[in-house]
Amino acid sequence: MIPAAFQYSKAGSVKEAVAQLREAGPEAKVIAGGQSLIPLLRLRLSQPSHLVDVNGVRELDYVHPEGDLLRVGAMTRHSTLVRSELVQRHLPLLAEMAAQVGDPQIRARGTLGGVFAHADAAGDYPTLAVMLDATIVTDRRRVAARDFFQHLFTTALADDELVCEVVFPMAPGPHRYIKFRRRLYDWAIVGAAVQKLDSGWRVGLTHVGPTAVRAAAVESRLQAGASFTEAAGAAADGLEPPSDARASADYRRHLAQVLTRRALEQAA
Amino acid sequence: MAVTQLIGARVQRREDPRLITGHGRFIEDHTLPGLTHLAVVRSPHPHALILGIDTAAARALPGVLAVLTAADFHKVLSGSMPVTPAFAPEKKYVPERFPIAEREVCFQGEPVAVVVANDRYLAADAADLVHVTYEPLPAVVDPEGAMNPGSPLVHTDGPDNIGWDMTYAGGDIDAAFSRAEVVVKERIIQQRLAPTAMETRGVMASYSPYSEDLSLWLSSQNPHFIRLFVSGAMGIPESRVRVVSPDVGGGFGSKISPYPEDYLVPAASKLLGRPVRWIETRTESVMTTIHGRGQVFTAEAAALRDGTLLGLRLTQVLDLGAYHGTFGAFQACACLMAGGVYRWEAISARTVGVLTNKVPTDPYRGAGRPEGTHLCERMVDRMADELGMDPAELRRKNFAREFPFVNNFGLTYDSGNYDGTLDRALELSDYQGWRQRQAAARAEGKLVGIGLSTWVEICGFGPSAATAGATGGIALVESAQIRFLPSGSVAAYVGTHAHGQGHDTTFSQLVAETLGVPLEAVDLRHGDTAEGPAFGYGTYGSRSLSVGGMALYTASQEILAKARKLAAHLLEASPDDLEFTAGAFTVRGNPQAKKTIQEVALASYGGNLPAGMEQGLEAVSHFDPPNFVWPFGAHVCVVEVDRETGAVEILSYTGVDDCGNVINPMIVEGQVQGGIAQSIAQALFEEVVYDGESGQLVTGTMLDYLVPTMNELPTPKLDRTVTPSPTNALGVKGIGEAGTIAASAAVINAVCEALRPLGIHHVDMPASPDRLWRLMQEAGR
Ligand SMILES: Cc1cc2nc3c(=O)[nH]c(=O)nc-3n(C[C@H](O)[C@H](O)[C@H](O)COP(=O)(O)OP(=O)(O)OC[C@H]3O[C@@H](n4cnc5c(N)ncnc54)[C@H](O)[C@@H]3O)c2cc1C
Repeated sequence: MIPAAFQYSKAGSVKEAVAQLREAGPEAKVIAGGQSLIPLLRLRLSQPSHLVDVNGVRELDYVHPEGDLLRVGAMTRHSTLVRSELVQRHLPLLAEMAAQVGDPQIRARGTLGGVFAHADAAGDYPTLAVMLDATIVTDRRRVAARDFFQHLFTTALADDELVCEVVFPMAPGPHRYIKFRRRLYDWAIVGAAVQKLDSGWRVGLTHVGPTAVRAAAVESRLQAGASFTEAAGAAADGLEPPSDARASADYRRHLAQVLTRRALEQAA
Repeated sequence: MAVTQLIGARVQRREDPRLITGHGRFIEDHTLPGLTHLAVVRSPHPHALILGIDTAAARALPGVLAVLTAADFHKVLSGSMPVTPAFAPEKKYVPERFPIAEREVCFQGEPVAVVVANDRYLAADAADLVHVTYEPLPAVVDPEGAMNPGSPLVHTDGPDNIGWDMTYAGGDIDAAFSRAEVVVKERIIQQRLAPTAMETRGVMASYSPYSEDLSLWLSSQNPHFIRLFVSGAMGIPESRVRVVSPDVGGGFGSKISPYPEDYLVPAASKLLGRPVRWIETRTESVMTTIHGRGQVFTAEAAALRDGTLLGLRLTQVLDLGAYHGTFGAFQACACLMAGGVYRWEAISARTVGVLTNKVPTDPYRGAGRPEGTHLCERMVDRMADELGMDPAELRRKNFAREFPFVNNFGLTYDSGNYDGTLDRALELSDYQGWRQRQAAARAEGKLVGIGLSTWVEICGFGPSAATAGATGGIALVESAQIRFLPSGSVAAYVGTHAHGQGHDTTFSQLVAETLGVPLEAVDLRHGDTAEGPAFGYGTYGSRSLSVGGMALYTASQEILAKARKLAAHLLEASPDDLEFTAGAFTVRGNPQAKKTIQEVALASYGGNLPAGMEQGLEAVSHFDPPNFVWPFGAHVCVVEVDRETGAVEILSYTGVDDCGNVINPMIVEGQVQGGIAQSIAQALFEEVVYDGESGQLVTGTMLDYLVPTMNELPTPKLDRTVTPSPTNALGVKGIGEAGTIAASAAVINAVCEALRPLGIHHVDMPASPDRLWRLMQEAGR
């Protein structure tokens, strides 16, 4: 890696991290697992003046059940989510997603908070957060997931704001995440997530637009008693997916429908 | 050659403990006192005029030692980078290529300036500060379009974009087609591929102004050729240039030809009087290391209704890139091998090398032979489909069966048994069982296909008579030197240079067996021009064993001949009365009278020698093979295509190959597996994409250029038949490229067969899900 020059400091707590960010100014950045940031530094697409290393902020590495909510600290690594019994019991879909992020090395370093802050269109957890109405807790406020993700790589976070926690509703019922990709460690070309709650099905889609999408049309067709095939037919309604070397927009629309139907069939 | 304790044995790779524990020594592991670091400023445009280069800001950065441009390099470098005749000797236009652009840049990534600094980070920072003013010109991207008379020019001072245009005539093609009862036509694309060796390129150079000599460390498959080229360009006597290629982390052909940096780094060292190192980044690698393939074929095949093949007519349009690769025309051998394992009345093959504003193409694992095989095997399958014949049956009907077999272009296949490999492959793959399962699956609406590839290759380059002209004077023979040291240890030097093939192991097995010494006594050395014979010819084209191994073998025989005389002298017997077994000479009928070869070696350095014999026990030998060697095999692939998503799943993969006698079966299997992986990668995953309008590289990172991993690849079922080569005393052929030559056709034939119920006849590579989905959509309309 041959990044441009930057300053570097380590933070041991949320307070320290925020103070260091403030002091270093608007060009400073947090570095967590580094699995998204380091590739950008390497290509010099990102040239921060200062990196605040939050890997020592142990207070953000936890999974806490609380009532019917599951609170997950921002510094929780993907590999922890895969192994956590609490996650498997209360929100197994999160563990299923975590197991499909990158490869073992990436999972050992990358963090939940990093995925939210980075806001890649192909990030997996944002889909879960949006479809289940999760809440993102920062050092200063709480933001609903649907308001947090604003555009490609763009969130509601201020320059000096730290993601501290994500609060998900518990959902132990039938679920499935199908991630369509070419290689085992690739990002999703398209992903479809389904989760059955007491109130009905929740359906989310990955990488069919600049941010994660909740497939409301599919949910309401299911609510109205439609078959999985009929309901999944609405998965592409209103989507404006990207076209790239991997997939055209049309193909993504098609995949959204196929994967949604398969996820429903496999979850049920 | 018989299977013994060492020949044919699964000896574990001697190089592995070092390599897999992280103790390999690659270019970046080498350093020198006072080392400086070089970064290259590259053109962001595929085609532009250079209006000005402002180096002031870069020079002003503390720690920057120099910013050099073409004008500086002209002081220490001369001439154009080499281009060999290879298989297209009649070139029409060969643009001059100086290692660094001066007036015009012709591909994205072409060097424009270099920065030398005290550390690598500074060098990269300073490179960003070099300000180049360009006037962009239209980029020529599509090779077929580039052939049109009205096309923009790749080089503004070129006559047109045609590098060569020649036709190989193998028989009376019109007569063959006039008898045709069935003709099939196809257009087949060989996409550009990036070799992506795990170790990127790297060069470290140290020029001494006092002794006027140059030491060069670089990651190369053929260090002696680099010594020849660089000494010539720098005007340094060849004897004063030392090139060391240490452990090489993969090459696949991409480390054969000389690159601009191979000249710029030593030239910068000479200009600065300091050692200089440059390590290619992955981004530079995808953009500036040669690409492979990049060809468009149009072909038609003629046959009788009973399946007798008559004629094959084809055109290869080869995307050369902005300059001829040094061995770029080698890829035209696709034409010479387009007939494959079959008897044809006539083949006519036109090859057109076309310049484009892209990085040059050059040999990449298989180089021309995968393309020829893919073409041939696709056309044979198209014909079987048209005739309603089983593809195995059509193949069998037309196999060459008498050896030596002379193909339509006068090339002589040394030995073969195509029925043998096909029979075994059909059996091992359960072909008949799959045909039944396929019928059942089709009845359920599933898309299952079975693909065959019966292949042959030309390798083991090569006989001097055929290759001296093709390389521009230096025949591709091979050299070896073997010496016994007084203690009985053996140093063996060979002019090939492994980059993953396991020569440390196989060549040591060969030498130890031939000389009758323990494996541990043999030290195999390669990759350093300061050691061993005067010239080595390198590792590529599956030549190392059948040419380099033979050089070791003949050097061993020379040693044995001398040792026999000396042993006879020591045992007071006649040389003819000695037997040599298990590393010892004994007098026939008197097993007590015995001298081991190691005792003889010690004696050779002493005073008691026969009259006229000189001290020492060593030999230099060159092996010039009488022919190429011709490995072959049969592969069977079974796939299922997901009707909804277009995703291809490989259900079964079988390869039965024949490379003659085998020194180490484990290494042969490893080579075949790796080759199959690389070819499946072409069939299903990899493609270098340039934007058709702007000429910008689209697949510039490993996120976009899809190199598959073991997760995406099947574990192939492998077996072998053994048909020794009559071309050399060891009876060996090559195996390094076999899997790559065989597999893409098997996979694509399977995919095409899977899609046939939908009326789809042909699929280009990579057969990615979105491409298949689109084809199925179009077919459904
Ligand atoms: C080959 C590869 C494949 C991958 N595949 C997937 C995939 O399929 N799905 C997926 O979701 N991810 C994938 N990832 C990304 C991975 O999940 C990353 O770990 C994640 O996107 C970022 O987390 P990180 O901890 O590594 O963050 P970093 O890389 O350290 O940081 C990323 C960004 O987030 C900011 N940031 C990090 N933590 C915080 C915080 N607590 N508060 C505020 N800002 C913060 C940083 O400043 C930076 O801008 C992949 C990565 C690689 C290299």
